[in-house]
Order: sequence, then structure tokens, then C-alpha cells
Amino acid sequence: MAPSENQIAVLKHRRASRWMHWINFPVLTIMIWSGLRIYWADVRDPFGFGVGLVGWHWFDFFPDSVNETLGLRARLAKGMAWHFTFGWLFTINGLAYAIYTWRSKEWRHLLPDRHSLRDSIKVTKHDLMFWARSKNPLPPQGRYNGAQRLSYSAILFLGGIEVLTGFAIYKPTQANILTTIFGGYEWARGIHFAITIIFLLFFVVHVVQVGFAGWRNFMSMVTGYELIDLDDATTDSVSFDETHISSSGSDTTDPDSNDEELSHV
Amino acid sequence: MSETSNDKRKKTDASNTDAERAARYAALEAESPRISPSDYTTKSRRSFLTGGAAMAAGAFGFRWIQTRPESDRIPDVLRRGHEVNESVWRALKRDGVNAPTFPRSASSMVRVNGRRGLGEEIDLAAWEMRVEGPDGTLLGTHVMDEIRALPFHEMTIEHKCVEGWSHIVTWGGARFSDFAALYADELGGLPPYVSLNTPDEEYYVGVDIESMMHEQMYLAYELQGEPLTQDHGAPLRLASPNKYGIKLLKRIGTIRFTDERPTDFWFERGYDWYAEL
Repeated sequence: MAPSENQIAVLKHRRASRWMHWINFPVLTIMIWSGLRIYWADVRDPFGFGVGLVGWHWFDFFPDSVNETLGLRARLAKGMAWHFTFGWLFTINGLAYAIYTWRSKEWRHLLPDRHSLRDSIKVTKHDLMFWARSKNPLPPQGRYNGAQRLSYSAILFLGGIEVLTGFAIYKPTQANILTTIFGGYEWARGIHFAITIIFLLFFVVHVVQVGFAGWRNFMSMVTGYELIDLDDATTDSVSFDETHISSSGSDTTDPDSNDEELSHV
Repeated sequence: MSETSNDKRKKTDASNTDAERAARYAALEAESPRISPSDYTTKSRRSFLTGGAAMAAGAFGFRWIQTRPESDRIPDVLRRGHEVNESVWRALKRDGVNAPTFPRSASSMVRVNGRRGLGEEIDLAAWEMRVEGPDGTLLGTHVMDEIRALPFHEMTIEHKCVEGWSHIVTWGGARFSDFAALYADELGGLPPYVSLNTPDEEYYVGVDIESMMHEQMYLAYELQGEPLTQDHGAPLRLASPNKYGIKLLKRIGTIRFTDERPTDFWFERGYDWYAEL
């Protein structure tokens, strides 16, 4: 496990991004938890699936059992108090992230380019059809692959919509322009809830993928740097300054021939 | 001609071969600072310590909020959150902004969601509404005919509940502002708050005067074009699209103009006092 000398650590997530990423996790958790307390206060009209005509549906979304396990009933006042206080933290953290990502030019790693859609299909095939990986090679990628660029950007965009729909239902008179844009109070409420479900699904996939991506990748969100084996780097990506890297392994050269890049630090 | 465009397409495609894309990504990645493995080890240790401290601080902060003394049934810091929100939204409040209205045909009868303060049915003919000044002195009493003598207005609006549901209804009645005008001179200008009570004083709300004077705040006596039923607050209740239903008191018994912020039934049970939409 200990890093050896033919490895190098490359900055992947800057300090500000890491803080905002990790702050977002508990804040969003509190938002969803308090939001569900509000959602469940309306016991007569939960979003349901099934036949609505005869006032009967197949199952409530969520079923009562979920609600009871989480102890979500009759906590409306506290739900609102938490939600409307921590909503500011979620909003400010998201705004700060958007501004930082723009100003630091980190967006170049993150936003989809015109290959991302096609890439993301290839990446998904590669990931899901694990029995035929050699038939589904990965397309070239930078820090993030096409699927990551698309899904991370989409989730950030949805975060913005979540905040806007939140204000649309929080202040439907004072912010009535927003409410109108989202198709009125009930639509805004529906979108707000649907995005929450997408957040939960994203969380599950994200955690599974981080698990597959391994310890070094996880560590990059903790320390900022991702450890790379220099030998692997040459085989992984042919164009990755091959001569430069192979020279660093030779006896005649100073092993720290990466000086030029190190001077960035 | 066709050859030229073909060539052109070929050229753009060619500039995006996998190798070229990989080179482009690698060039972008080459901007990222690099450090030696030993520095990485040091950084990792430091980051874990920082991360651990941050997690402990977060968990402590959460517990701290939950164990704060309660202020009207919610942790005092969250009550403070409500108050900060109120001052933010009061500062941002734009005068003359109305909630959207709808065609009458979009409205339908709304459910009865709360009966607090209604108790037994009352004799509507014997109903009288008291109006009090800041010191509690009786300024006047009113019967329904006097309220009906005020200009009649109707609005089809979305009635909203803190529980999350909403319902488009048509209210008919007098604007509270028209009613309050009867007392403005006597009071030497209207004080900043209004307190409303049911006759049995089981249910009570406090509302800021700006919200009360909004043209969409009604002393309503009709719902869907029919006289209010007792369950909906007959003979007279508050109706507005700009406050949650918890503020829209049914069966008004007393209206008091007051300088002090009045208490409020649901405020005492953990809800936001302002409850403005």
C-alpha cells in the first residue's frame, strides 16, 4: 500500500472543491430528511402510483413502512424549521461551487464536450457488460470520462433547479415569476420532489462507482491527489508524454526528472 | 462540390481521432500539479486528521442543534432561522405583488382541514365581532350586515396548506383593508400587528399589518359563491393566497389591533410566525 518511488501523485480535486463536496453531503442529507418530514405531512395526497380514478392507488410513494422506519410522521414543524434554515447552506455552497468551478477553470474537466454523449454509452457498456470488456474498450478520457462529465454536470444543473423550485414553492407569491416558470405551484412541487428522488438514485450509483474505482480514487477526494503508477501510465495512455516518463525510470537520469511539473506545486 | 464538403467532414473527424483526443486531455491534465509519493503520504495523514475533525465537528453541530433549549417547540437556533428568514423576506418584499389568480371555473370546493376553535355550531344570527385597540379597550362590535355593506370582492386563488397540499378556491367577501379603514383615524394610524381570535378563544392567530392590508386579504363570507358553512368558518373568516392556511382563522370572534407581536396557535407549536408565501 505504501507509495513507492515509481509513483507520482497528481492533483485531482482542489481543496475548495473537496470542502464543498463534503459539506454538501451532510447538508443535502439534512435537506432530504427534513424535506421528507414536510412531504409526509400531507397524508391524504402523497404522490401515488396506480388508479387514481376511484381514489385508490397501488401503493403510496413511499409506502407507510418506509415512513415509520424513518420516524417521519408528525414532524412537520421541525421539518420546516430545518429545511428553511439549512436550505441557505445548500444554496450558498452550491453557488460557491459554481463560481469556483467557473473561475478556477475546473469546468474544463467537468462539462460535457461533444464526444461525451457517445463516450458515455461506451463507458456504460464497458461497465455493465463486464463479461465482454475487451469488446467494449473505453474511449479516451481526461480526469472524467464522458459518463461522468454528463452525470456530474446534470446533477449540478439539477441542484440549481432544486434550489429554484424550492424558492418557487417557498415564496409562490413573492417569487411568483419562478413559480410561473415551473408551471405553477403544484408543478414546482412535483419537480422539487422528483429531483430529490434523482439525488437519491445518483447517490446510490455514485457510491457503487466510487467503490469500484478503488481506494486511490477515493483518496483523491480526501487529499486532493491521486497516486499514479508511472509504468501503468505509459500503457494506459500512449500519448501521455511517453518519452518523458520512461526516462524517469532510467538509471542515468535523476529520478525526479519531473522537476518541471513539480515546480507547479 | 460534394467532394469538398466530404473532405471537410473528413478533416474535422480526423482532428478528433482517439489519439488526438487523448493528447488533448493529457495536455489539460498536465497542468495539474504533481507531488512526490512521500509528500502524498504526508498530505494523506494531514487530510485524514482534518477530515476526521470536520466530521466530528459536523456530528457535534448536529447534536448541538438538536439539544438546544426549545423556543416554542423547536430548537432555539432553528427558531432564530425562522426569524432571520422573516427579516430577509420582509426586506425583499415587493409591494403590490399579488398571488396568481385563476378563472373561476378552475376552482372547486376545498376540504375541511381543521376545526380548532369551532366547537359547537353557533347561532349565526346572534354572531357579533368585537374590535379592540392596543390596550384591549373595545372599539366596536359588528354584525354581518355591516361587513356585507363593505365593497364586495371575489378572488379565485390557490389556497395553500403547510402540509403541502393546495387547492384552487373562490372566496367572496370584503377586503380587510376596507374594514380596517373604519378604525384608522380612531387609532391614529394602524398599529403594526393584528391579533384574531375565535369566539371561544381556542384558536388564535397573529399577523403583521402589511400582510393584513394586502388587497388579497379578505374577510370572507362566501366560498364557491355560497355562504360559508360553519365548518369553513361561518359567518366570517380570513382568506388569502399569501399566508398558509394556519393563519387564516375561521369564525372570527375578536379582532385586536396591537403594538405587540401577538402570539399564535401554531407558532406556539413550532411553526414559523410569519408564514408568508
